[in-house]
Formats: sequence, structure tokens, C-alpha cells
Amino acid sequence: MSIPAQSPEHVATTPSVSQEHALELFRSMLRIRRFEERCVQLYSAARIRGFLHLYIGEEAIAAGVMPALQPDDAIVSTYREHGHALARGIPMNAVMAEMFGKVQGCSHGRGGSMHLFDIGARFYGGSAIVGGGLPLAVGIGLGERMQQRHTVTACFFGDGAVAEGEFHECLNLAALWKLPVLFLCENNRYAMGTAIDRALANIDVTAKAAAYNIAAETVDGMDVLAVEDATRRAAAAVRDDGPRLLEFRTYRYRAHSMYDPELYRSKEEVERWREHDPLVTFPARLRAAGQLDDVRLSAIEQEIAAEIDAAVAFADEGTLEPVSELTRFVYTETVPA
Amino acid sequence: MTETRVSTAVQAPEAGAAIHCSYREAMRAAIRDAMQRDPRVFLMGEDVGRYGGSFAVSMGLLAEFGPERIRDTPLSESAFVGAGIGAALVGMRPIVEIMTVNFSLLALDQILNNAATLSHMSGGQTSVPLVIRMTTGAGRQLAAQHSHSLEGWYAHIPGLKVLTPATLEDARGMLWTALEDPDPVLIFENGVLYTMEGDLAADAGPVEISHAAMRRRGGDLTLISYGGTMPKTLEAAERLATEGIDCDVIDLRTLRPLDTEAILESVRRTTRAVIVDEGWRSGSISAEVSARIVEGAFYRLDSPVMRVCSAEVPMPYPKHLEDAALPQVETIMAAVHECVGNHG
Repeated sequence: MSIPAQSPEHVATTPSVSQEHALELFRSMLRIRRFEERCVQLYSAARIRGFLHLYIGEEAIAAGVMPALQPDDAIVSTYREHGHALARGIPMNAVMAEMFGKVQGCSHGRGGSMHLFDIGARFYGGSAIVGGGLPLAVGIGLGERMQQRHTVTACFFGDGAVAEGEFHECLNLAALWKLPVLFLCENNRYAMGTAIDRALANIDVTAKAAAYNIAAETVDGMDVLAVEDATRRAAAAVRDDGPRLLEFRTYRYRAHSMYDPELYRSKEEVERWREHDPLVTFPARLRAAGQLDDVRLSAIEQEIAAEIDAAVAFADEGTLEPVSELTRFVYTETVPA
Repeated sequence: MTETRVSTAVQAPEAGAAIHCSYREAMRAAIRDAMQRDPRVFLMGEDVGRYGGSFAVSMGLLAEFGPERIRDTPLSESAFVGAGIGAALVGMRPIVEIMTVNFSLLALDQILNNAATLSHMSGGQTSVPLVIRMTTGAGRQLAAQHSHSLEGWYAHIPGLKVLTPATLEDARGMLWTALEDPDPVLIFENGVLYTMEGDLAADAGPVEISHAAMRRRGGDLTLISYGGTMPKTLEAAERLATEGIDCDVIDLRTLRPLDTEAILESVRRTTRAVIVDEGWRSGSISAEVSARIVEGAFYRLDSPVMRVCSAEVPMPYPKHLEDAALPQVETIMAAVHECVGNHG
């Protein structure tokens, strides 16, 4: 089945930003891409095991959303969350160590690729049950509001979650109680191998939000500036006025996970979407605007490569938890305040 | 909202005074007490507010505490149970009421994959100090979809604590202790117990939730039960005593973690055990108790461990069939007779 790549409408209207900020966004996307490319190698070398869901192609969303959130805003993520975690500022060392299952990992090695947590960064984890993070986000929003905290809870989920009952329960509850939840749908057009039009009778995600009286917007998820701009506007609205939904149209270039032969889509389709690759189109725009050249690009690449090398070394040198600690973290070891 | 916990007694009753009340009223007093003690506590669930609770447990609380803290929810079990988890993660102390255990299946993903798991998945960075209350059990001719006893299922799950108050004291006292626990606690209220009445000390308050309780001391045999079958088990023990068979009766109170020591202490003395469980026999909590007895007291046993469980059938509607499907005083007595007749 072939789905034409849609021509995003927002490209022409995206805001201009400073060169410094534009380069920071580019760097953030490239950092995620290079990190995951290294993860693929490490997976092939059996250093990383379990499921590995790559974000490659979708980096503009994480890179655009995170600068639009405040440090005390909360984030609930999915099992395809390496990009979210890195863009949120969880140190790459801790993320890589988690992929290696080491104690120095951001979840003490207990979670792995699908369960990155950093409560200090208010990052409430990758959830690997599709749709299962939405009720959590609604509850965080409720708890924050009941404690008079002026925060936003950003909740990532994919188009697959839109078919889950929890999506509908949660949009209704968040709207009913006017909770400060920003629903962020990363619509990469496939729920694992099932194309969106084979799963949803109405593929317009914003229409579903409208059914619950939630204002929603479709955004070109391959355009980091559009993502950031839409998120800033939506987050401001959430903070003062209750839930909003953004649907980011995006595409995943790699397989669903490492075990996916990709029988459900054509190579041509993937190639068409590569024309929209944010790591091709955005640097091209920066070059055209005179904001990026080979020298600068090379410097950024080297910085990132060095950071990744250091993260791999850190993870390598990390320690495996002794088996004597197997049953830790089942119940709380210290009573919370 | 203040983070300080107000742990002072809410009322200063006359010492030694008792009040006559029902299990339902004891539970309501527990909720009211918790709401007064700690501003982080709130109650959320279907019809807990204006309706007063499907089983009238929360009757009157909306007027007392207002809609912000007594929250009626839509019929969205997964969303509001998950919302309780999320609110607990960021510092609240929610009491989520699920109308019945049967509906909890619609929230099972949240209970198992989030509440019981988040602390572990995050390497101990998070806690979920949440209490989920729900009605459980059969005996009211509510047929196959409203009669489950699944507390034994939930007791299978590491990360949860599972409480089954069977007395007025536990109905009154378990909730606050559960709310002070940093991890998710499920409280199962058997529907047949709500109308149970008796005297409760006016100063009754929090009780510990880690141990089983010896409700009757005998010495000839150990009867082990919990929740809705406790009254039947105690009645059977009294009738057996008139026949000269004097039983220990253990109320498990907490199905997870199970108080194995209390069970083994009794069984090592009596050398015989009969377990009474409203759950289906296969894979039930009674099977777990039996296994622990065999693991810990096998050489002290004078008889095989015996069980009185619900028949392995979805609950039928007609009263005579429902009665036949459930543990009854007579079937408990028959099992005890058989067990006592065995000689190892």
C-alpha cells in the first residue's frame, strides 16, 4: 500500500528565528539522529538488546517541542522516546547507560530503551503500552492543578494510540475538567505495520479532538520551526485554558523495531518521504540563509560524535547491578515527602 | 497546598466508649477522617459525589468536602484510575473508587502496567502512593458479570498491596494506613459486609496492614479465610466447637504481602488446615496459601490441606445455584470434618 507524501502547508509561514537558535534546533535533531545511528550499530553488536524503536525521521518533533516547554512542565512519553529524552536534557551518558542496562542508566538499568525516566527533568517515562501514558498525563495534570502549580503536562503518543479507548477517555476527561494537558500526537502514519487509513475510519486526528471540545492543530512534523511555534502557542493556551492537541505529521524512515521486515510499505514511499527529511531540508534552509556552512557543520558533527563516543565509553564502563539486588524497586525504599 | 501531614486525632472521644455502626459507616468514617487529616487526599470515582456512592459509602461527603475533593468521574475506568496514578506521582494522595471489581478489569492495564510497575521501571525514582477501593464478591444474585472475587488475582502482582477488611475495625482503620503507604494499595470491600453491624470503639483509628489476625483460638485445626467469607468461617468454627472441634481462625486481612509466618505458626500447632476462599479454586489465593503451608509445614501436617472455594462456574443468577456455587457454613464444616478424619 502506498500513501503519498503530503505537502505540508505550513512551510511558507514558519517564523524566523535567530541564527543561534536555528543552529541549536538543528544540532538537537542531528544529535538524536547520530545517537540512534550509533544505537543501531550497538544493537548489531549485541551491546543493546530487547526492543529498539528508532525515531529516525521524527527528530523535528522532539527538537521543536522541548524548547517550547518550561523546566517544571511534565512530560509523558512513549516507547519511541530516545529523542524526547535527549531533547529534554537527560544526559546522553545516562540514556546510553540505560540502553546498556547499567546501574548508571537514567532508570538504573531497569527500564532499557522503552522506559527512560528522569524525574528531575520531570520526564515521567517511556510507556510501552500504546495509549497507556495518556491517563498518567491526565492525572499529572490533575495533581498539578490541585496543588496550584501553573505547569503543562505534555503527553506524546502515536497515531496508533488514537484507536485505543484510553485516548478517547482521556481527551474527554481532560476537557471535562479543563486539565493542563498538551496532547502531542506523533502521526507517523503507521501503527507498527498498519497504515493509519487501515486502522481509523476518520484519519483526521484533530476532528477527534474537536469531538471533545479540544482545540487542535495539524502541524508539519518535519519542520522543526513549525513544531516549535505551534507548541509555544499551544502550551500557552494549555497553561491558561485547559487541554490542547497538536497532530504532528511525520514519518519514520526505519523499521518499527529491529525485528521488522517492512512488508507493509514500499521503498518508493519511504524515498518520497526522505525528501522531507528534516535533517536534509532544515540544513538546506540554513545554508540558503547563510547560517550554516561546511565548516560549521563539520564542527557540529565532531562535537556530537565526541559526545556519543564518550557516552558509549561511559556506558561500557558502567556497572551491572548485582543479582543480589534483583528484587529492589518493587516497593518504595524510602517514604516520599 | 501544604505538604505537611496532619496526623493528630480528628476527634477526642470518651475513653472506652463504643458506637454502634455498620461496615459501610465505618468505611465512610475512614474516608472522612483521611480527608480531614490530609489536604492531599481526595476521592474520585463513578457516582461517588451526587449519588453518594453506588453502595452509599461516600454518602454526604460531597456536601462536606466539595466537588474538588469528592470527584464524580465519567464511566472511564482506565482514565480515572490512571489519573489517580498520575496525581499520586506528583504529590497527591488519591483514593480511587472503582464501583466493583468487575469494572476494574477495564482499568487493569493502568493498575498492572503503571501503578504496580512505575517505581521499578524508573529504578526507584517514582512512587505511586495511591489507594484503590472496590467492591468485590457474590451473594446478591447479581449473576455472572457482577459477582467476581478477583482479589486473589491482584495479589499475584508484585508492586501492589492487597487488603481485604473483614471487620468493622479494619474497615475503619485500614484506609489511613494504606494512604500513608508509599506504594499502590488495593482495598477490597466484599459487598455482603456493608450491612454488617456491631460496636466499634469510638476512638477506633488506623490499624496496621502487614499481619494476619487470629480471630478465634482453638488448636484442633486452622481455618484460614479473608474478606466476605470470614463471617461464615467464624460461624462454622462456633458450630464445630459445640461438636468438640476447636479451631484457630485466621483472617488473612492482607493478601499481598501474605503473612506466611502467622499461617505456619498456627498450622504447626494444629497440624491441619482448611482454607476458605470465595475465589475460584484454580490458581486462587487459597492455592498460594496451601502451597506455603506445604513448603513450610509439610512434616507437621496430619492431613492434606483442604480448600473450600467457589465452584468453577460463572456465577448463575438463581439463588439456589448461587448458594451452591459459594462457600457456605455447611461446606466449611464438612471440609473440617473430613480433614479431622484424616490421619497422617
